[in-house]
Amino acid sequence: MALLVVEDLHKRYGKEEVLRGVSFVLERGETKVIIGPSGTGKSTLLRCINRLTEPDRGRIWLNGVEVTSPRTNIYKIRAQIGFVFQDFNLFTHLTALDNVRLGLIRVKGMGKREATERAMRELERVGLGDKADAYPAQLSGGQQQRVSIARALAMDPKLILFDEPTSALDPELIGEVLQVMIELAEGGMTMLVVTHEMGFARSVADEIIFMEKGVIVEQGPPEVLFTNPRVPRTAEFLRKITEFYGESG
Amino acid sequence: MTAVDWQNLVQGIPSLLRGLLVNLEILFGLIALGFAVGILIALIQVYSPRPLSALAVGYEWFFRGVPEMVLLMLIYFGLRQFRVGITPFIAAVIALGLRSSAYQSQIFRGAIQAVGRRQMMAALSVGMTRLQAIRHVILPQALRLSIPPWSNEFSSVLKDTTLASAIGVIEVFKKARFIMGRNYALALPIFMVVALFFLFLTYAGNWALGALERRYRIPGFEAKGAGERF
Ligand SMILES: Nc1ncnc2c1ncn2[C@@H]1O[C@H](COP(=O)(O)OP(=O)(O)OP(=O)(O)O)[C@@H](O)[C@H]1O
Ligand SMILES: [Mg+2]
Repeated sequence: MALLVVEDLHKRYGKEEVLRGVSFVLERGETKVIIGPSGTGKSTLLRCINRLTEPDRGRIWLNGVEVTSPRTNIYKIRAQIGFVFQDFNLFTHLTALDNVRLGLIRVKGMGKREATERAMRELERVGLGDKADAYPAQLSGGQQQRVSIARALAMDPKLILFDEPTSALDPELIGEVLQVMIELAEGGMTMLVVTHEMGFARSVADEIIFMEKGVIVEQGPPEVLFTNPRVPRTAEFLRKITEFYGESG
Repeated sequence: MTAVDWQNLVQGIPSLLRGLLVNLEILFGLIALGFAVGILIALIQVYSPRPLSALAVGYEWFFRGVPEMVLLMLIYFGLRQFRVGITPFIAAVIALGLRSSAYQSQIFRGAIQAVGRRQMMAALSVGMTRLQAIRHVILPQALRLSIPPWSNEFSSVLKDTTLASAIGVIEVFKKARFIMGRNYALALPIFMVVALFFLFLTYAGNWALGALERRYRIPGFEAKGAGERF
């Protein structure tokens, strides 16, 4: 059984049909990268998966539990799905430690001692053990994004969704975040990553999903998509973003 | 002023201070009421679906639109229709408190919106409920942002407590008029003393709020100003 199954997802905003029937599966331990032009519905898709946005139609299962069922406790589901945002979205009024601890205490009901130990471990894992007492505004973008990854990790997620985790970062800070993500992937985490870092996609992704105008145009292993795509549009898009973003990362 | 006038003035001061104490009691009552209702109205306006939030907007429109003096009369005489035994003091706290809640709700709503949807989304994404997110993520930030505009409201309601005299509350303004009635030579000096009282209270209140703001300032924000982080 796949960890995540997405079936025929539809979403419209007003007249605009943003998702027009998206289906794919994610196996346990797999990393899939989603690419596609701006406004294609990539962020909307991620937000639909943990129902931060309600899809209009279609079904989603996580670990055999139907996420889209009205009887499902969505808060329980969300606690099992990490979400890393493009602009970090750390809780501004809390230190790095408290950012990581909040969910442990309030959602998992952990005691303060245990939560602190756990949160410290996650901060150390992303290389920020010494920044536990810093507030978000005192951290660089790269550090903030690593804290937000620690915040997601602390909840023991079955799956982490990344929405362009490096695109708000200065070029010299991208590497440190990608490094953490690479380690996660190698450690067996299941990840769904929207990114245009093609170096990362090539070396880490099991599959790349190319989306355009609310549908999946093509998906497959990076080797295949880069060298021998079925659809000409895929080749064209890959060429464009490789030129634009380069191969680094 | 004659020596007798001076003596009357000095003798009047303890009575004025007892009156001022009543103003302070009204102040705390109305601020507490206005704060609680104001936050509720703001949360409804921001987070509730249409019918409820429209109701909250109507509430705000009513209590900001009716003159305070008229509101005092409406509440005092209105409540007396139903419940004997409502004191002018209680009526004043309710009338001024509800009026203030409308203004405070505007402050809180603006602050909640300045905190932004993204903070709510981040909180929901770790599995918090909306109420948890409001309690642990949105309000702690929104309340910090509210302090500067809230100190305006504080200064304003502090002065408004004297309006309670209109429905018969014996507070500092009323006491000053008693004293003046007994000796018209004291008209100007007695109100100068009352003015000084209020100037002092405004100063002390704003100082305390400033200290509160500094106490809860989020490190790293100093250079960037309040509001969104970016
Ligand atoms: N809350 C919303 N209300 C209305 N329209 C929205 C909303 N969120 C997204 N949209 C619209 O849906 C479309 C898809 O947006 P989405 O953010 O999912 O695209 P994206 O593929 O992530 O783009 P980008 O690469 O620029 O991040 C856009 O046209 C956007 O304007
Ligand atoms: Mg996006």
